[in-house]
Amino acid sequence: MNSPPDAHPFAGEQPKLSPFHPRQAALNLRDAWGVWNGYKFADCYYDAEYEYFCIRNQCGTYDICPMQKYEIAGPDAEAMLDRMVTRNVAKLGPDRVCYTVWCTDEGRIIDDGTIFRLADDRFMLTCGSPSTAWLEKSTYGFADVTVKDISDTLAALSLQGPTSCAVLKAMGLAGIEEARAFDIRYFPFADNTLMVSRTGFTGDLGYELWVRRELALELRDAVYAAGSDYGIQPYGETATNMARLEAGFIMPALDFNEALKTVHFKHDQTPFELQLGWLVDFDKPHFSGRRALLEEKSRGPEWTLARLDIEGNWPAEGAIIYDTERCRQEIGYVTSAMWSPAVKANIALAMIRTKFLDGEIWAEIYKAKELRQYRRMARCTLRTKPFWMPARARATPPADF
Amino acid sequence: MKRLDAIVIGAGHNGLTNAAYLAKAGLDVLVVEKNDYIGGAAVSRELEPGWTYSNCSYVCSMMRQAIHRDLDLARHGLLLVPYLGTVNFGDGDERLIAYHDEQAAYLELRRHSPHDADAMHRFQADLTRYSQLIRKTLLRTPPEPTSFRPRDIREFLWLAKKFWALGEKELYEYVRFFTISAADFLDDYFENELIKGAMASPGIIGTALGVYSPGSAYILLHHVMGDVDGNIGAWGLARGGMGAISQAIASAFEAYGGEIRTEAGVDRVVVKNGKATGVVLDNGDELSARIVVSNLDARRTFTRIIDKDDLPDGIYEKAKYFKIRGSSGKVNLALSGLPKFTGLPANRYIDRGGQAFTGSLETMERAYDCWKRGRWSDDPFIESVIPSAWDPTVAPPGKHWMSNFIQYCPPALADGPWTPDKRDAFSRTVIDKIERYSPGFSDLIVHMEVRTPHEIENEIGLTEGNIFQGELTIDQLFFNRPFPGYGQYRMPLKNLYMCGSSTHPGGGVSAACGANAAREILKDLRRPNTVPEDDFYDE
Repeated sequence: MNSPPDAHPFAGEQPKLSPFHPRQAALNLRDAWGVWNGYKFADCYYDAEYEYFCIRNQCGTYDICPMQKYEIAGPDAEAMLDRMVTRNVAKLGPDRVCYTVWCTDEGRIIDDGTIFRLADDRFMLTCGSPSTAWLEKSTYGFADVTVKDISDTLAALSLQGPTSCAVLKAMGLAGIEEARAFDIRYFPFADNTLMVSRTGFTGDLGYELWVRRELALELRDAVYAAGSDYGIQPYGETATNMARLEAGFIMPALDFNEALKTVHFKHDQTPFELQLGWLVDFDKPHFSGRRALLEEKSRGPEWTLARLDIEGNWPAEGAIIYDTERCRQEIGYVTSAMWSPAVKANIALAMIRTKFLDGEIWAEIYKAKELRQYRRMARCTLRTKPFWMPARARATPPADF
Repeated sequence: MKRLDAIVIGAGHNGLTNAAYLAKAGLDVLVVEKNDYIGGAAVSRELEPGWTYSNCSYVCSMMRQAIHRDLDLARHGLLLVPYLGTVNFGDGDERLIAYHDEQAAYLELRRHSPHDADAMHRFQADLTRYSQLIRKTLLRTPPEPTSFRPRDIREFLWLAKKFWALGEKELYEYVRFFTISAADFLDDYFENELIKGAMASPGIIGTALGVYSPGSAYILLHHVMGDVDGNIGAWGLARGGMGAISQAIASAFEAYGGEIRTEAGVDRVVVKNGKATGVVLDNGDELSARIVVSNLDARRTFTRIIDKDDLPDGIYEKAKYFKIRGSSGKVNLALSGLPKFTGLPANRYIDRGGQAFTGSLETMERAYDCWKRGRWSDDPFIESVIPSAWDPTVAPPGKHWMSNFIQYCPPALADGPWTPDKRDAFSRTVIDKIERYSPGFSDLIVHMEVRTPHEIENEIGLTEGNIFQGELTIDQLFFNRPFPGYGQYRMPLKNLYMCGSSTHPGGGVSAACGANAAREILKDLRRPNTVPEDDFYDE
């Protein structure tokens, strides 16, 4: 279909605007925009480091409208999801959310995301990448289930940080402090309903707010009015990426390669390789990838995504991992790395051949100093726990700061 | 009487750091503190319900990352949050905003002087070069120049190599730099008075020197060589106030099995046969230990808690004439709202930094003139920060607190001792000056804590209220700190050590003095070293 003649000649190739865009554009003082799933999306608004610290010290909002959201409904919805994902959806209680992955028959991860149980026969599934095709394929054999892409009709704002609960209380959301991690609560809002889930991607105390697209600005204004005394600040992709790495959360196209987009054999990953074996429930009926995953579980994963604490302060981005300081054998590669300002550690996620995890681990790091390249071998220490895991993230009720 | 391995006198951040590293090595360590709270000058106290002041030190940039990391202070509750730039207020309507963003900062400088905006690049490069060299020495023990022990020779060679790497021209510049004034140093780069004033102000903070006094250039460097997460020159706030730093270190110390006893002031160090063997507390209790570590300043250590007759000849005099002149005051204010300042854009981020009421070099020098005459400055230099604009934990929502650091304020007034009336008059001078830039400011004040050198000395024991535990002039730096011949934390009495800011690398919340002292003590006690090296590779 041709565009109307008066439309912008390049309208077809310009990114879409989030319903929060008018407010966010006014605050994007650095004009630092990228694109996510076709939406114009902020890398940062004012200062990425400041925004990161708002997440750790006060609170910030992150526009998750570009995240994909699907409503999966019907009497067979639960069975269909259980057939698709690795976790046991039947065990997901009402008004609860769970994190899960879904795999190919070969047990390779297609994507990760969250499932919200909105009713007995109605769910919302969120994920990073558009997944309509896979979801529809997954409905084969289920008579009574519908999949609806609600990404563009449901607005969502993530509110994260130690003062986030105080902000919601100041907004008048009575009883929000009683919500436990992964709980869903509903509140009347503008003659409609505001859904709040205690979820997020920062490893800190935080919530995600969901309303009809038309109410997006009204919601945002209410959150910002309540948040003005609590240090509220929008944050973009850069700050999110820092926070999620400290929390040990994985990102598609960084720490794992989506199976359906993977060209090279085994350049995608299994849940066990990502240390997400706890998401795989072999006790439930058959699901995609079950056989392959059972086999992998008994054999042990070939690779393991490890958390590394690296000596020195050179971020190990893109570093190759070796078994000795003298680089006798290449044993893996860093997938994400940064200097963690909160923990004061040089942290990384790295995919390492499992059999080498018991030995020494060395990262070969390059860094430019005034154009000249320098190289260091840095000793790495394995960490079992996330680098950032404050008690407040799970405390119920949470404190005000 | 149980004999401890070590007694550390004073629970300031350096004392606690020292104790933590000794305890980490498995020693049985007791920290005794005269106050009923810990932290020394890195302290946070709630004097008005709902408001938590950082009563003394108020920002930090020198805190050694290696120590923060090694003691896992994050797990013990410490979060250091860097702040955005500072607004410098001129004598009149001029404002200079030091934006955190490089491009924004450049444009702002250009607004005042295109010449200076461009010169700033050379200034920053030179300053970075100087500061990198000194940063490398912070977590190292200075070599002893007259000793020919292998370790001292090795350390001198290491230093020589670093110096030599600067190149011949820079070597000369470097030596010059240590002896010139902040004003002379800046004249080589800048023409704009407001910019010069802004850049010079770190050169006088905490010191009884003026911007035109030789030696103030180094003080300037001392204040800009810190970093937050590798951003050299950046400053940060501790979430929960500066006391959170001491609390986190104390928590690490206690996790290693250490004990802190508050309300336990030391009356004197027990000396037997030229060796320190313990302490007698103010309440008369005697405690015995293999070693005694003083976190008190050099003057106080050798003139107040050690009998003159127990000291080798000349030490008492060295301590008595140790330069430790008080020059600054502090006014902490609880505010009912965020103050608004004139002449600034309505930029919501501007209060996320500091305010520096600098004026020009001349204003600052005049302020110093008052100090020389034994008066507080009638138009003082004030460095302020509003931590509550950043930190949700230190004031009720919507309320704020403002830390104001004031130069100059003398420890002794020409017209007689400090009195409550004079203290009030001093605070009025400060508030009147802020009011000039923020009409209605005084109406916001809910509570006020005023600290002249008199209060600082009496409450936390810094002689004359000198925030560095002794001037940071070249005669008292590096292997000369506190005295020539005693630059390696071992003091003239056997088994007596110092670990406070009177030792290398001097003042500031760096934890380096305490850590360096611990390294030396462990060496003497033949214990494995527990103190980390700085964890930045060659910058």
